[in-house]
Amino acid sequence: MNRRKILQLLGKSVAAGAFFKLSTGLAQGKIPQGATEPMKTLGIPLREYGERSEFEQKVIRYISPNLRSRHTGASFTPLDQLEGVITPSSLHFERHHSGVPNVNPAEYRLVVHGLVSRPLIFTLQDLKRFPSITRTYFIECAGNGQNGYRNPPDMTLTATRSRGLVSTSSWTGVPLSILLKEAGIKEGARWLIPESQDAAAYIRSLPLEKALEDVLVAYAQNGEAIRPEQGYPVRLVVPGWEGSIQVKWLRRIELTDTPVMSKDETSEYTDVMADGKIWAFTWLMEPQSIITYPSGLQQIERGFHEIRGLAWSGFGRVRRVEVSLDGGRNWKRAALEPAPDPLSAVRFKVNWAWDGRETVIMSRATDEKGNTQPTQEEFFTRWARNNRYHYNAIQAWRIGADGRVVNGDRTLAGAPAQLGAAGRGGCGGES
Amino acid sequence: MRHQWLSVAVLALSALVLAQGRYQIGTPLTEQEVQQWNIRPSILANGVGLPPGQGTVDEGAKVYTAHCASCHGATGEGGAFTRLVSEPFPITLEVDSVDFAVGNYWPYATTLFDYTRRAMPFATPGILSDSEVYAVVAYILYQNGVTDGSEPMNAQTLPRVQMPARTLLQLDPGTQKRFPWLKLP
Ligand code: HEC
Repeated sequence: MNRRKILQLLGKSVAAGAFFKLSTGLAQGKIPQGATEPMKTLGIPLREYGERSEFEQKVIRYISPNLRSRHTGASFTPLDQLEGVITPSSLHFERHHSGVPNVNPAEYRLVVHGLVSRPLIFTLQDLKRFPSITRTYFIECAGNGQNGYRNPPDMTLTATRSRGLVSTSSWTGVPLSILLKEAGIKEGARWLIPESQDAAAYIRSLPLEKALEDVLVAYAQNGEAIRPEQGYPVRLVVPGWEGSIQVKWLRRIELTDTPVMSKDETSEYTDVMADGKIWAFTWLMEPQSIITYPSGLQQIERGFHEIRGLAWSGFGRVRRVEVSLDGGRNWKRAALEPAPDPLSAVRFKVNWAWDGRETVIMSRATDEKGNTQPTQEEFFTRWARNNRYHYNAIQAWRIGADGRVVNGDRTLAGAPAQLGAAGRGGCGGES
Repeated sequence: MRHQWLSVAVLALSALVLAQGRYQIGTPLTEQEVQQWNIRPSILANGVGLPPGQGTVDEGAKVYTAHCASCHGATGEGGAFTRLVSEPFPITLEVDSVDFAVGNYWPYATTLFDYTRRAMPFATPGILSDSEVYAVVAYILYQNGVTDGSEPMNAQTLPRVQMPARTLLQLDPGTQKRFPWLKLP
């Protein structure tokens, strides 16, 4: 480091209020002993397949220790340890109902049948021959945020456990509309029933209109074959809608005139509302945001911080993210960088110099249709306390005078006491 | 200039391939071949797709004890996994979501046949005959107090079973706005 650089650094830290620390720290002991070691020996030779640094091995998905089976349940993307917009494929969240099937691509087939003129069977190579498109989309489990139903709030909550059932990838595939045209849609067809090649033979109902609009039959994720956990070799990508309808390991699509009302669109993925009704087909994912730094169980120092977070909405582009640094009294607009894509997560950032006083920070997203994230209280005027899905209320983080960050959500009055462990077996459930 | 000629040629070629707006990729299947692939046919809420066969509550109790009780409890509750029997019918705002089950939350009886045949028993799906599935469905509905167990379950009786939670089910209004034609069965 040359003299000019050191002076610049010092200048910055003065601005950030960290002068004291650095000015005493330039002496001996501040230069790590091992830092120059790699310069004395040859490094790792060329290798065919890359590995992350051995020092990054602890960046892993979160799996609740309370699960009774690891063949159903969810693993969470470690949002509080990632940057940017794209989720590394190996850290994409998981939700499956009967484990991850091992599908041999040579024996892979997709059949389109039912109300079509020509039932067709496609090989993987067939699917890849069609014109392809590549888009960046988030996929979010409807159970994302389920820990927000806990009351009183869980004080050990992290950003990962708060909203880690969302991931963003670059997806490549053939538009489903092309395959449907190839098979010829018959009069009277209104619905598609996609089926999975897993041990649950998982099925859902999808309206034909959406299928023709923007649904992808995807075979690539972030430039390589889709990971097994995400549906290798072929899955549906249904932009902006709940993850559970984006059927993985896709083997069969039947066109029908009625929906199937499968277990996973009746017993699960339906929503209990504040008036006691149960809503079906709650497909669209409402706006969400989460501050990933500083966030639950992290520790910060006085001085400059770039507050960072993620925001997304199933209605389209995120138009605006606001951040409050004083418990929700004042809000300032965060920078969105890079520029947001529609139906993709966006990264938001706010510059902040923390003065060391206890405070509560929070973020709220607004999408291009004008939908805004609700407060906890607003959320529960619509949805029931014993619901399991679609929790998108603002997440607050409390920063103590000691710099420790914990869940800043409030305890709500009147919640039934037994709702502590929300939703066993549901997608966001941890038990 | 060369590029322009190239794109004209590509256009001409795709116009040829795209006769009738199709790419002519994929292999046609006969109805019989489709059936061969369709090893877990979907059962629609109106009963379409239900196979021949039938089963009684007593037969179902035996199937249940042999294939389900180890995970779902001796009588449909108290097991390590999802409870299949629960009260009150239907659910209320006070019921913990852990206690949502077939009798108090499921809106359609046909779903129970479809799901059991598709996905259960958890580790060995597909081992039950259609009549065994009808039987265990009859047993679970009876255990939940949804039926009195007097008739066997089959393609005629099952779609007629009224589930208590159906009265609570309605379409998401946002979904209704976007798809005005959409009606729940
Ligand atoms: C090895 C354990 C195991 C066995 C044996 C088993 N199940 Fe299951 N069952 C599960 C698990 C785990 C789930 C949750 C699956 C999921 O997450 O989608 C489940 C879910 C269900 C559900 C859905 C419950 C709901 O409300 O969503 C039904 C119904 C069901 N099982 C019926 C049966 C029947 C009938 C049998 C016997 C033929 C059976 N199960 C055998 C483990 C088991």
